Amino acid sequence: MNSSINAVLDTGSELAPQPAEPSSFPAEHTHLPPEWRTQARQQKQQARFRFYAFGLLPVAAWGLLSGITLALPDKPAGFIEEWPYTHEFGVTALSFVVLWAIFTVLASFRQLPPTLERINASFRYVAPWLVASGLIFALWELLTAKLGILEPPFFAPPSSLFDAYINDYARLADSAYNSVKLLLEGILWGTAVGFVIGVSIGWSQRANYWIHPVLRLIGPLPPTALLPIAFVFFPSSHAASVFLIALATGFPVAILSWSGVASVNKAYYDVARTLGASERFLIFRVAIPAALPQVFVGLFMGFGASFVVLIVAEMMGVKSGLGWYLTWAQGYAAYASMYAALIVMTIIFSSLISLLFTVRNRVLVWQKGTVRW
Amino acid sequence: MVAVLRKQDTPAEHAPAASATGTASRIQVEQVSHGFNTPTGPLGVLEDVSLDIAPGEFVALLGPSGCGKSTLLRLVAGLEPATAGTITQDGTPITRPDPSRIVVFQDPTLFPWRTVWNNVALGPEAQKEAQRYSLPWLRSLGGAFTGSTTGSRTPDSAVASQKARVDAALQKVGLESFAKSYPHQLSGGMAQRVALARALVNNPRLLILDEPLGKLDSLTRLELQSELVSLWQKNGFSVLLVTHDVEEALFLAQRLIIFSPRPAKIIAEIAVDQSYPRHRGDPALARLRHEVLNHLGLGTSW
Ligand SMILES: Nc1ncnc2c1ncn2[C@@H]1O[C@H](COP(=O)(O)OP(=O)(O)O)[C@@H](O)[C@H]1O
Ligand SMILES: [Mg+2]
Repeated sequence: MNSSINAVLDTGSELAPQPAEPSSFPAEHTHLPPEWRTQARQQKQQARFRFYAFGLLPVAAWGLLSGITLALPDKPAGFIEEWPYTHEFGVTALSFVVLWAIFTVLASFRQLPPTLERINASFRYVAPWLVASGLIFALWELLTAKLGILEPPFFAPPSSLFDAYINDYARLADSAYNSVKLLLEGILWGTAVGFVIGVSIGWSQRANYWIHPVLRLIGPLPPTALLPIAFVFFPSSHAASVFLIALATGFPVAILSWSGVASVNKAYYDVARTLGASERFLIFRVAIPAALPQVFVGLFMGFGASFVVLIVAEMMGVKSGLGWYLTWAQGYAAYASMYAALIVMTIIFSSLISLLFTVRNRVLVWQKGTVRW
Repeated sequence: MVAVLRKQDTPAEHAPAASATGTASRIQVEQVSHGFNTPTGPLGVLEDVSLDIAPGEFVALLGPSGCGKSTLLRLVAGLEPATAGTITQDGTPITRPDPSRIVVFQDPTLFPWRTVWNNVALGPEAQKEAQRYSLPWLRSLGGAFTGSTTGSRTPDSAVASQKARVDAALQKVGLESFAKSYPHQLSGGMAQRVALARALVNNPRLLILDEPLGKLDSLTRLELQSELVSLWQKNGFSVLLVTHDVEEALFLAQRLIIFSPRPAKIIAEIAVDQSYPRHRGDPALARLRHEVLNHLGLGTSW
């Protein structure tokens, strides 16, 4: 019996080391008829290449997009005979079709080196989203440029974003740069001051007595309400905006740092004090580390508030930045440019939040079960 | 003030009180009464408690829940001043916490943001920093919260060997392989061992244990009881233990002090003369157990 297994399966050598009690140790294929065993072996060999059929869906979706874009004529709308950059957009979509096809073939191979395996895994992971995005773009192009159901100029086809990015590249980049600069300046001030204030009122009765009522009064006021006055009080609109962004960030940071410090388990202080800790140690090595999870919640809220203030301030007074760009584009009814600016804005704000979460996950490695962003 | 004498690494001896006069403190509690002001009026917790712990002695406190045992421990640790009476350590009144008297609480209270190693290193770190910043202006700023700045002066050689001390303390409790873990990765017994190591690394002269094994499963508790005995014998510090487990008290302590319900008064003292290591089934201990339960009003359930 045992020798017949060895004869049929190449891998029989793996089974060989257990000759002692072959009957009580049935191997996987022992009870199968011979022709089934050969099938099993073929499947094993085939496992190196198994066509990744789902990969055809992204290819099809983006193929549809490029087909619609290139083959169908644009519907003339008012002064627009044909949308610019339609051809370029179609060709770009086509190149993505090729790219997804390559990835699909690659994903069909098994037992590749780790780097390629990782690429394959990512492709399989995003594939459903590639299908969805291809279909969304196709529908968008169809409803705007091709059928004109969503009418210009308020609705622009995706190809017109090309136009905006290529022709207004310099102004957009400059606006994005100015926005980020202003935002970071405000956030840094707000975080620093808010954190110090929060920790002080959490720790010291006297600081609490003086600062708490002021916070209660000013905190709920939307910083944007202060905009017109701030522009008068401060020497420059830049300084005014930094102040308001700092205010927007600082309030939640202060409140949550405060509650973080105030809710530290009192037993931690007892332990540290019996171990010989000074007050300095209790603040910097006990209260603050224990409060950090809450501080990060405050930062998350503060970031959101600061984005609002940034854009409103730029729309109302600052002569640069993405908020200003939006109003400027509105003045020219350049809706495609507005969409382009909104996309840039989304990417910037989302990256900042992602950065915040990355830092948090680093700092709070000791926490279990933290939410991933 | 009190200078902490570094323990020499003498081999373990079975008569800790005799061998350890240099490393153990004498604690005298003299006519201490204590109370709290609560929203519903003053609450008397300790009433005229007097107690003398010889250097190297292992004393256990027993009493009904809520009678004031933990409160007494906090007074001895220096975390709060007593309303009336005095508590001295080797003749010096206790006015503030000091690393020569370390408390281990029922909850391990490890700092979750520190690894096991860094939790154990907490004492040496805190003491070094307290020394570095022990400027007069800061001390006056500190008020009631300021820890000891003049206590444990660490010689340079000891600072250099701080790392070795932490490693050694972790080794004493058998957790050196978990040095890099975070507290949430430990079991209850392991966490309490880390809390013990965090105490031992300071070479305390008095170890204050507030139901340290209260929340552990019974097997782990028995295991740690034996470990406590051997740690005490090796290090020779005095121990003040609060427990609600009569057998534990009899297995560990040389003297049992039994409190009345709140406000706590001492109603009995029982000497346990059995030598170490003790045996849980010892009929002498069983007799003492009956006596203790009688004092606690539970004799009928015997
Ligand atoms: N900080 C405090 N403020 C008010 N009452 C307290 C305080 N600490 C303890 N008590 C009260 O003192 C009594 C004794 O508490 P404790 O010493 O913890 O008892 P136990 O003997 O169980 O350790 C309890 O009734 C408790 O409610
Ligand atoms: Mg208690």
